[in-house]
Amino acid sequence: MNKQAEQRSVLAVSGLNVSFDTLRGEVKAVSDVSFELGRGEVLALVGESGSGKSVSTRAVMGIVRGKANIRADRMELVGHDLLTIDEESKRKLRGRVISLVFQDALSALNPVLSIGDQLGELYRTHLGVSRREARERTIELLRSVHLPSAERRIDDYPHQFSGGMRQRILIASAIALKPEVLIADEPTTALDVTVQAQILDLLDELREQLGMAILLITHDLGVVARMAERVAVMYAGRLVETGTVDDLFRAPAHPYTAALLASAPRLDTVERMEPIKGSPPSLISPPPGCPFHPRCFRRGEVCSKVRPELTPGLPGRAWACHYPLVEIAHAG
Amino acid sequence: MPASPILEARSLSKTFRAGGAVFGKTFHAVKNVSLSISPGETLAIVGESGCGKSTLARMLVGLETPDDGEILFQGAPIRRDRTLRRQVQMVFQDPYLSLNPRRTVLDIIAEPLDVHGLAKGAGRRQRVEELLVAVGLDPASASRFPHEFSGGQRQRIGIARALAAEPSVLVCDEPVSALDVSVQAQVVNLLIDLQQRLGIAIIFIAHDLAVVRAISQRVIVMYLGRAVEAGAADQVLVAPSHPYTVALRGSALEPDPARARLARGTAARGEPPNPVNPPPGCRFNPRCPRATEICRGEEPSLEQRPGTITAAACYHPVVRREMTVA
Repeated sequence: MNKQAEQRSVLAVSGLNVSFDTLRGEVKAVSDVSFELGRGEVLALVGESGSGKSVSTRAVMGIVRGKANIRADRMELVGHDLLTIDEESKRKLRGRVISLVFQDALSALNPVLSIGDQLGELYRTHLGVSRREARERTIELLRSVHLPSAERRIDDYPHQFSGGMRQRILIASAIALKPEVLIADEPTTALDVTVQAQILDLLDELREQLGMAILLITHDLGVVARMAERVAVMYAGRLVETGTVDDLFRAPAHPYTAALLASAPRLDTVERMEPIKGSPPSLISPPPGCPFHPRCFRRGEVCSKVRPELTPGLPGRAWACHYPLVEIAHAG
Repeated sequence: MPASPILEARSLSKTFRAGGAVFGKTFHAVKNVSLSISPGETLAIVGESGCGKSTLARMLVGLETPDDGEILFQGAPIRRDRTLRRQVQMVFQDPYLSLNPRRTVLDIIAEPLDVHGLAKGAGRRQRVEELLVAVGLDPASASRFPHEFSGGQRQRIGIARALAAEPSVLVCDEPVSALDVSVQAQVVNLLIDLQQRLGIAIIFIAHDLAVVRAISQRVIVMYLGRAVEAGAADQVLVAPSHPYTVALRGSALEPDPARARLARGTAARGEPPNPVNPPPGCRFNPRCPRATEICRGEEPSLEQRPGTITAAACYHPVVRREMTVA
């Protein structure tokens, strides 16, 4: 928002490619993805399942599962070059500089350790503090995520908490070492509606307190509208449009962004939703040209032949489309 | 209420035991819920996890037996009888778990035909192909297996199976919540089209208010096994009377940055309590900003109170003049 001179990017990725070798062929999960995350900023990576949004961020964290081929031109995390440093130094960055909140809090927490033990372990291993101090810090931490009666519940086990409380505990573990970058992968998808809003409020509050940047991964445009300042839309492993949330939601340039917005149900209208025809393409043999062209309502001759590159359009915006919707929005 | 109801439920209750047969405690998953639905109408049942909406759906299709209350089909009490059961069919939430992976689409969709003896041989295959076309799939998909389809296509197969027995009521239990946004709209629109074409009644269970707005004419909001608000969809969803519905409405995230930012910091307090140990009185009282002493005493009944346009189980409903433009 306010561009101060000291504001530089805390995470910069360019030319990221991730592919998996499978029996059926090479799956190109992420192709040529670049983004920068500013200090204290919330950037949303939006896309449907299989669009590559989770794999991109797991590649940055260095925790891609399975046999993956990861290539990138640049991957920098607050002064550390993630492409050249060794595994041990990378491991030290996780938790302290960058950390991750998963979708499923029940499987991300260890069921046989009390939450006091598993959160306290973070302080003991990373900061080398005593058991007693770790416990005190953990209580403090649990209070900061508004876990009721933290000092009493610290010895409870994950299954003794509700879904929303477990998500709070998971967030606590992610922010324990005050990271500069928090990756939130669908942080509220598994939660009930009223609890979802509470968790988003909590993330907002913590970001302000700690000044951390959040990379938000979601398929829910409502979550994007609520949380993020900038947004990058992914389709079939590629970025198709980037810009501020306000610009993109008001006047999307890429037909996929426009179609995604039109397909979302809205409470204030009973107008028929406009679904996107067809389904996302195969990542083993994606269609030639623009990957969205088979489903696009604006496709032309060139779209099935030449793949459009992500190019800057208006200030602060970029899109990968031969026939963007933006001129129309301006003329009309 | 328009036309005579095709399906009616009167004071349905269902209790379960949690924590073992000896030391466990019983709790009401659904208590005293009534509803009725007319041909061609869509009634939505909305609520968060544990509110009893799925148990209610399972009772309506006969997968659970109510402990109390009765279900009437065309005015007559429903029995465990195939001819009547055929009339009320279900579409399940998870299109990955609800289709048998080892059977072909033909056999999956034809199962109701086989069970009810509706078609055999060439007629059976022809009927399945008709159903596939009706739900927007290629009739050639009949010989394929579920894993060859995407989530949205699988849900279409689930809908085709539910339609096979030519039901007059379709109970859809969160049919789109496992699907991607762009595909959700396809399935919702398909249900709307099928309803217009076939005149079936739809009971649509959901937690997403915006999806409910798109499909339903009437809404029942449930909280911890009780119906807490009921009325016309545009009234319940736009101008709710029960504080819980107001909270749900406030928590709904809309793809509109200006509105979504306004909603920051307004989330409802607390979480739905454990149904095994519900709070006394109105079950929402510990989370309710309007709760007073009376709310902790007798449970309020579902009725229309002065100043409200919907029926709400609340002693202090939000009345019309208090309403601000959301």
